[in-house]
Amino acid sequence: MTLTQAEKAAVVTIWAKVATQADAIGAESLERLFSSYPQTKTYFPHFDLSQGSVQLRGHGSKVMNAIGEAVKNIDDIRSALAKLSELHAYILRVDPVNFKLLSHCILCSVAARYPSDFTPEVHAAWDKFLSSVSSVLTEKYR
Amino acid sequence: MVHWTAEEKQLITSVWSKVNVEECGAEALARLLIVYPWTQRFFDNFGNLSSPTAIVGNPKVRAHGKKVLTSFGEGVKNLDNIKATYAKLSELHCEKLHVDPENFRLLGDILIIVLAAHFTKDFTPACQATWQKLVGVVAHALAYKYH
Repeated sequence: MTLTQAEKAAVVTIWAKVATQADAIGAESLERLFSSYPQTKTYFPHFDLSQGSVQLRGHGSKVMNAIGEAVKNIDDIRSALAKLSELHAYILRVDPVNFKLLSHCILCSVAARYPSDFTPEVHAAWDKFLSSVSSVLTEKYR
Repeated sequence: MVHWTAEEKQLITSVWSKVNVEECGAEALARLLIVYPWTQRFFDNFGNLSSPTAIVGNPKVRAHGKKVLTSFGEGVKNLDNIKATYAKLSELHCEKLHVDPENFRLLGDILIIVLAAHFTKDFTPACQATWQKLVGVVAHALAYKYH
């Protein structure tokens, strides 16, 4: 699926705001993920997943930085995330179903922090964008 | 039967008591139709669904959204008996409406996002987790009588 110009614009505009709190939003999204979908914790047996943990914040930042890269290269997400795609396919092998779960939690975090900006159109654009990112990250799985 | 802790029941009822069913229902249904446009397939007789603006302003969408969320409220009122609460509706969605149960999950997640936007920081991860469980239970109950 491809993003329309309007959708790309919506993603970029909201990202400008999200980026200012990227670390906090990243950590919150992971917290939401682990609370609502405890099975996702199985990918982090080596982490301290308690609220506010350094590892949680660090990993949240990592995730949000990657999303930021995708936003910056929104016309060619595939190239921008090529290395990450290989990492997920050959090393991490996170089951594809989990990308939807994390995407949903990111949307919740963004909606909670920017309710008036999170219009239906922006919601749709971000859902589609995160879905695109997820596709890229899982496309080398087999 | 689903087990709810006292804390979960409290998180559900306290959030629900502050929900404007008409507004929230209308918003949730509108967002479902906008974010996942293929869900419009069930609403050919709703008139103009040609743009997000049209969908949000569509009176049939508003009315149906209110109907759906009012029905959701029945589940909230009968947390210990959700399967029975939705037995008839489940049959209806299968036999007459022919709705893929995946749509119940989609709407449930949209509702969660609408609640997040409405309650902002009060919609904590713990609160979301409880509500994810609730929408999952309701979706399961609505799919239960499918054959």
